[in-house]
Amino acid sequence: MLQKTRATKMVEWTDFERDTIQNIFAQLDYEEIGPAALSRCLVVYPWTQRYFGKFGNLYNAAAIKSNPMIAVHGKTILHGLDRAVKNMDDIKTAYKELSVLHSEKLHVDPDNFKLLADCLTIVLAAKLGSAFTPDVQAAFQKFMAVVVNSLGRQYH
Amino acid sequence: MLKKKEKALIKQTWDKLTPVAEDIGADALLRMFAAYPGSKTYFSHVDISPGSPHLLSHGKKIVLAIAEAAKDISQLTVTLAPLQTFHAYQLRIDPTNFKLFSHCMLVTLACHMGEDFTPTAHAAMDKFLSAFAAVLAEKYR
Repeated sequence: MLQKTRATKMVEWTDFERDTIQNIFAQLDYEEIGPAALSRCLVVYPWTQRYFGKFGNLYNAAAIKSNPMIAVHGKTILHGLDRAVKNMDDIKTAYKELSVLHSEKLHVDPDNFKLLADCLTIVLAAKLGSAFTPDVQAAFQKFMAVVVNSLGRQYH
Repeated sequence: MLKKKEKALIKQTWDKLTPVAEDIGADALLRMFAAYPGSKTYFSHVDISPGSPHLLSHGKKIVLAIAEAAKDISQLTVTLAPLQTFHAYQLRIDPTNFKLFSHCMLVTLACHMGEDFTPTAHAAMDKFLSAFAAVLAEKYR
């Protein structure tokens, strides 16, 4: 007897959305944008600093901006997005391990993922200016929403 | 909680944006319509395509209201009293949309101001727009 497999709801991407995501990440300066997004998050949402107790001086915006450990971590996080960029058709599976890591080891409240995603959006907007059109923004936000959702999936 | 320096920065920023209120407002609205299609349901009776007269006048109206409130943030409830009533009893826009619009306004400001939209400015603006939205929704129930 044929067993029915549970159909996986796939995220559908238009050509415009795929191209937009690939283009954004192809021209991204990880050295600049990663640290900028993370440090912005720590300034705009100061409670997120709770996860960075061992990172040294986070006393004010200037200290956060020049903190070398934050800079390194910002780059790490941004490169973590590469996995999603390269596996847009199954981000859920691609992020299974990272989700477990954030839940079991890092104990990060998944609400924080959205905060960082919003800061990354703003950093990109400031960088790209008018090239960050409403449609580009919508595509990027859809992508980040899938990433955020995938990162939160393994929490229990 | 907004500090004195932040209130001054916010007032200064919106003073500078008042001459281009139309562009800023329309841009933020377009971003909201693109990223959050549900928000378009409030405009089913009008033309809100890019450049349309209604989009421009509506965008301008919103930005001028925000700029007016920015002039004296400690008086938000007084300044917004008429708009509170209007939104609660006439418009009845679900307040979740205020958050969506605020986010899109932040994106518009980032695009417009580039690196001048520093983390500190972003934080101040986010706090202001959140307070504005909260006061706007106060008479809903």
